[in-house]
Amino acid sequence: MKRASDAQALQEIQKDAKKAWLELLQGEHPLICTGLSTCGISAKASECQLGIESELADRGIAFRSMKVGCLGLCYAEPLIYIKMPNRPLVCYGHLHLHNIASLVDAVFDNNNINNNLTLGAIDLPEIKVLPVPGLLSLWEHPMIKPQVRIALRNCGLIDPEDIRHYLAHGGYASLAKALAMKPEEVIAEVKISGLRGRGGAGFPTGTKWEFCRRAPGKEKYLICNADEGDPGAFMDRSILEGDPHAVLEGMLIAAYAIGCHQGYIYCRAEYPLALKRLDIALQEARELGLLGEDILGSGMSFDISIKEGAGAFVCGEETALMASIEGRRGMPRTRPPFPANSGLWGKPTNINNVETLANLAQIIDRGGKWYSSFGVGRSRGTKTLSLAGAVRRPGLIEVPMGMTLQQIIFEIGGGVPGDKACKGVLTGGPSGGCIPYFSLDVPVDYESLTEKGSIMGSGSMIIIDEDICIVDLAKFFLTFTQRESCGKCTPCRIGTRQMLAILEKISEGQAVIGDIARLEGLANAVKNGSLCGLGGTAPNPVLTALRYFREEFEEHILNKICPSLVCKNLVAYTIDPERCKGCGLCKESCPAGAILGEKKAVHTINAVACIKCGACMAVCPEKFKAVAKEVARCA
Amino acid sequence: MNQAAVTIMGLEIGIEERVRQLLECLPEKDGALIPLLQRVQSDQGFISPEAVKAVAEELDVSESIVYGVATFYAEFKLVRPGKHHLKVCLGTSCYLRGGQSLLDHFSRKLGIRPGKTTEDGKFSLETVACLGCCSRSPAMAVDNVIYGGVSLDQTDSILAGLD
Repeated sequence: MKRASDAQALQEIQKDAKKAWLELLQGEHPLICTGLSTCGISAKASECQLGIESELADRGIAFRSMKVGCLGLCYAEPLIYIKMPNRPLVCYGHLHLHNIASLVDAVFDNNNINNNLTLGAIDLPEIKVLPVPGLLSLWEHPMIKPQVRIALRNCGLIDPEDIRHYLAHGGYASLAKALAMKPEEVIAEVKISGLRGRGGAGFPTGTKWEFCRRAPGKEKYLICNADEGDPGAFMDRSILEGDPHAVLEGMLIAAYAIGCHQGYIYCRAEYPLALKRLDIALQEARELGLLGEDILGSGMSFDISIKEGAGAFVCGEETALMASIEGRRGMPRTRPPFPANSGLWGKPTNINNVETLANLAQIIDRGGKWYSSFGVGRSRGTKTLSLAGAVRRPGLIEVPMGMTLQQIIFEIGGGVPGDKACKGVLTGGPSGGCIPYFSLDVPVDYESLTEKGSIMGSGSMIIIDEDICIVDLAKFFLTFTQRESCGKCTPCRIGTRQMLAILEKISEGQAVIGDIARLEGLANAVKNGSLCGLGGTAPNPVLTALRYFREEFEEHILNKICPSLVCKNLVAYTIDPERCKGCGLCKESCPAGAILGEKKAVHTINAVACIKCGACMAVCPEKFKAVAKEVARCA
Repeated sequence: MNQAAVTIMGLEIGIEERVRQLLECLPEKDGALIPLLQRVQSDQGFISPEAVKAVAEELDVSESIVYGVATFYAEFKLVRPGKHHLKVCLGTSCYLRGGQSLLDHFSRKLGIRPGKTTEDGKFSLETVACLGCCSRSPAMAVDNVIYGGVSLDQTDSILAGLD
C-alpha cells in the first residue's frame, strides 16, 4: 500500500480499502469469519474453523476466510459467521467439533442458513440482500439490542490484523479531521463530550489533556494504560485484540492535542495476543505513514513503543506505571507533582486508558455533543462492561451510562443460571464492592456506584448467586490486595495483612464479635492512610460486605455457621447410609484416605482425616447422590 | 547445567556475552532493566544468579537493584521452572466458578504446591491473577495456550497431552 502523505492521499487509500471490503462481502465465494480473540480461541474456535474448512475442501467448495475479534457474545463461543453469496452474513454460535459437520450440511448442502446454531444475521449497511423470513437480526438479540457500541464499534466485525478493514470503516479520518483543527479545539470538543477516564478514576479527559498541554516543556509523553490488572475485567483485552487501530488513532488524536512526540503502550504480559496484534497494527500504521515523521503532511511527528508489563496490579496506578516504564520497582509516589507536570523521566506526561482512547475517533468524527447525548448526570457517554460469574450470558457489552444493574444483569445478561437467586454483583473488582440484590435498581454511573460504597472501576461486573459466601469473597479480595500491595505505605502493607487475618479467623469460626469493629477500624485506617488507589480502595469489598451482609458475618462469629456452606472449617461431608451403594468411587477419589468401607457396603467419612476437598461429592454418581455437605460447628 | 552459560541455537555462549547481545537488540536503552530481564528469562526460563550479576554489570547498577526488580514483579522466576507450565487462573470469576478446586486438584495430582516444580522437572504449577478469559471461567493456561471452562474431569487429558 502507498503512504498517506496527506489527507487527500488518505482518502484515496480509504476508498480502495472500502472497495476491497465490499468485494470481500459481496464476492461470489462463501466467506467464513471466525471470532479469534482469547475467549474464542480458548473455546476452540481455531479447531472449529479448521474443521469447517476441511469439510468444504472435501466438498470441493471454494471459500474465503477471515478472522475477527470478539463480538462480546462470549457465552455462545466459539462464534463463526458465514456469508453465502447473495445471502445475509449469519452468526452461528455454540459450535463444537462434533456439530460443525451438521452446520456445513445445513448451510452448504441444504441451503438452510437459519438453523439451530443460528444466533442472528449480522446486518451491515453494505450487505444488500433480500431478508430471509424468520431470520432475526443479531442486533435484535437480547444481549445486543440495548447496547450502544462506540468504543466497541468495530470489535468482532473487522480483521484486527488488517488495517484496510479499519480504514474501510472510516478509520483515521478523525485523525485527519483533528489535524485540521487547532489542538485547543480538539481539547474543547473532548471537554464537550464529557468523556471521563474509563480506567476507573473517572477524571475528565479533556481537562487532563489541558493540564499537560499547558505544562512547560517541549518533550511530553503520552501513555496508553493497557495494564488491565483487575481480575474480572477484559474490555481492554477485547478492544486491543478486536480493534487495535481504534486505540492507535485515539493516541494520535491525544498526542496532537497535547503536543507529544513519543507514546508508550503499557500492556500486561498476560495478554500475548493483544501484544501481537498491537505490534502488527503499529507496523501497518508506520508503513502507511500514520506514525512517524510529518503525519498526513501536518508536520506532526509521533511514534509509539510497546512496554510489556511484568505482572504487578499496582502498576495500573499512574505513578507506579511510570516507575515501571523507567525500569524500576512499580511503586507509586506522592502527588503533586502530577504526571501532567512531572511524569515519565520527569517530563510532562498524560496517561489514558485503552477504552478512553478507543472512544476518541468517534467523538471527533461525530462531535462532543453527540457523545454527551448518551449518559446521565456527570457520567456522559457509554461504558463497556464485562459480565462474568453467575450469569447466563457472560460477555462484553457497551451501554449508555445510567442503565440500571437490574437491566444489565437480567435483560442483557439473562439472569442467574439454574434456579439460584441473585445475591448481588461485584463492581470495580478488588477496589470495588458488592452491590446487594436489593439495590439492583442503582444506575451504572460513577456517582451512583460510589454512593453505594463501590466504584465503577474498569467496568467489571461479576454476578454472584446465593451459593457464594460473602466472608469467603471478602477474604479472596483481601488475599489479592494484600499480595499486590507494593509495601510502601505501612497502613496498606500491614493493614491489609491484619484485615486478612481477621477474615480468616471469621471464616474458620474462631472470631469474636469485637473482631467486626476491629475490621472496620482497620479498613478505615488503610483507606485513609495509603498513598495510592490500591490501598485507598482495598478495604471497599470488606466495607460493602459489612454494610449489606453484616448478618452473614455474625452467623460465622456467633453461631459458627457458614450459611452458604463455603468456609471449609464450618462444613462437613457425610455419606447418607440409605443412599450409599458402596460403589467405592468416593473412596478411590479421596486424597486423604478419609473414607472407610468395603466394596458393596456403606461407606463412612472419618471427619478428623477429611480435608473437605469435596472430591467425594463430585464423583458420587448422580443417581445415588449419597454424599452431602452440611453445616458443621467447629470444635 | 552450567548457569554461567546459555545455549542458543545449539551454541553455548557465556551469560555475560548473551546479556550484551540482548541489550544491543533492545530498541530502547532507557528503562532497559525490565525488558532485558524479560529477554533473559525467555532464553533460560528463569533468571539465574549469574544472569543477575551479568545484567547488573551491563547496566552499571548494583545487583540489589536487579534483585529488587526481579522479585517485585510476578512474571520473573528465580528458580528453573518445569518443562510445562500450568497456570490456573484465580481471578474473581474463575475463583467463584471452581478455579480453586481446579488448582487443588492439580496440586494433589502433581504432588506439588502452587509455585513449585515436580521433582522430575516436568511440570510447574502456578496461579495467575487473571487471564482475561472471565467469560469462560474457570480458565487456565498450559504453556501459554488458554483453556476455558475447564472441568475437573478434563484435567487428566490435559496432563496426558503433555510429554
